[in-house]
Amino acid sequence: MSRYMYYPGCSTERSGRAYRESLSAVCDRLGVNLVEIEDWNCCGATEYVGVSLSPAYALIARNLALAEAARENGEPVVASCSACYLNLAKANQYMRESPQLNAHVNTALAAGGLHYDPGTVEVRHLLEVVMHDVGLDAVREHVVKPLQGLRVAPYLGCMLPRPDPDHRWKNHERPDDLDRLLASLGAEVVDYPLKTECCGGHMTQIAPKVGLELIKRLIDEAERQQADMMVTVCPMCQINIDAYQGELNARFHTKHRMPIVFFTQLMGVAFGFDAKAMGFGRELTDARAALRKVGTAPEPAPVPAGGHRPRPDKRALPMPRPLDDGNGSASGATSEVVR
Amino acid sequence: MVVTESSPQAGSNQSFLEEVSARTAGVSRLEMCIQCGTCGGSCPSADAMDHTPRMLFAMIRAGMEEQALRSNTPWMCVSCYHCVVRCPQGVHIADVMYALKCMAEQSHSYRDKTPPHFAGVFVSQVERYGRSWEMGLTARHYMRHFVTRLPRMAPMGLKMFRRGRIALLPHRIKGTDQLHAILDTAKELERAR
Repeated sequence: MSRYMYYPGCSTERSGRAYRESLSAVCDRLGVNLVEIEDWNCCGATEYVGVSLSPAYALIARNLALAEAARENGEPVVASCSACYLNLAKANQYMRESPQLNAHVNTALAAGGLHYDPGTVEVRHLLEVVMHDVGLDAVREHVVKPLQGLRVAPYLGCMLPRPDPDHRWKNHERPDDLDRLLASLGAEVVDYPLKTECCGGHMTQIAPKVGLELIKRLIDEAERQQADMMVTVCPMCQINIDAYQGELNARFHTKHRMPIVFFTQLMGVAFGFDAKAMGFGRELTDARAALRKVGTAPEPAPVPAGGHRPRPDKRALPMPRPLDDGNGSASGATSEVVR
Repeated sequence: MVVTESSPQAGSNQSFLEEVSARTAGVSRLEMCIQCGTCGGSCPSADAMDHTPRMLFAMIRAGMEEQALRSNTPWMCVSCYHCVVRCPQGVHIADVMYALKCMAEQSHSYRDKTPPHFAGVFVSQVERYGRSWEMGLTARHYMRHFVTRLPRMAPMGLKMFRRGRIALLPHRIKGTDQLHAILDTAKELERAR
């Protein structure tokens, strides 16, 4: 069993607890031993770094110092939340790049009896551990209930593939890692072009107009691709798309009902765990109806032709349109989506 | 706002650029900006910004300190890092935005209080408990800034609570004393900068 130090992050503890519940079961099954860092603290999310520099990085580095002290054999730290992952990885990078920041952080840590040399603890994200250390072959071996018939849109969000301080990702804008993982579970994976577009992060809290518009784009596209649900790796993305759908529908006069779940929840179901134990039912936009499609024969889902949808401007003059390619979906879909 | 000739060679202007750079985590590479505009073109929230990142960087170089710190651009940045991976010069754009937020907060230059208040409440809770506390954060923030959104938020909060996704009380880590000692020292060092 391979051992890792685990940094859960605040959201995974509560609002994203379906993530915690499912990843514990899945990692157990895969032989990934996650040892929680004793008495870890919040990483400061995207807020503390925008308030004060040295305290923000001292806050992050306390976790790395605790992890280093508790390690047995140079285990890496694994984070499940993308924002936590990035903050921890950035502390490594920036403390190394800036001797002044390193000095400040370590003077501060010393006040708490701690010390951390940047780069000593490797920081990784759970998805990347599953893809590289476990591998898709091992994942496939554990699948007892293939997710046949379930159409999923893989949604990574921003902070995992970008800015990628440790150069782990071959493609920062359209990586296919989550696609391949979900396909190995037997799900039908749609080619979701917005997979690394932003959910707006804290914008739902400070500028709802901006935040909800970004979320709407993501859901619109997932619906256009006829996905049964979106699948994510980040608790922030999950809560934004899941919990704010009601407000979004009220604001834009839409009727979206797009569930979004964590990738570990679907892994758990495919591994034969009970859906409820995997946290299904905790989402506000219910995913259980979509989950009942698992095991049914896949419906022949007509995919809209062409990847590019022209966006007519309301103020523009009507333009001649190319003839339909026969299925009549092109013009129909356009007039429906644009209101 | 129109930015005409930027003059990075002028002494006083250089100092603001240097200050922003010095307050950015790691190496900012801000002085390497070639004003190509890739950042603004990649930005999902550029529509809501007073200035695109490119324009803001030109202003910083021109020493327009007050205007740059009053711009809403850093506050509208969603930290999606699209611009960062696309920037041909490798400027750490998102981290420069964080530095500008820190500076605007220190000099109270921001115009919209909503984002700095949110960050402030979040940070004060993390400092006190060692963890963030979503329930306390959102309740306080919505009462202060989004009273009109409360009627819609209350049922959402109730649903979250029923599904076990909201903690009514904050979780306090064991090492709060240690954390306070660390943060107090770090704040001291930051003030002396």
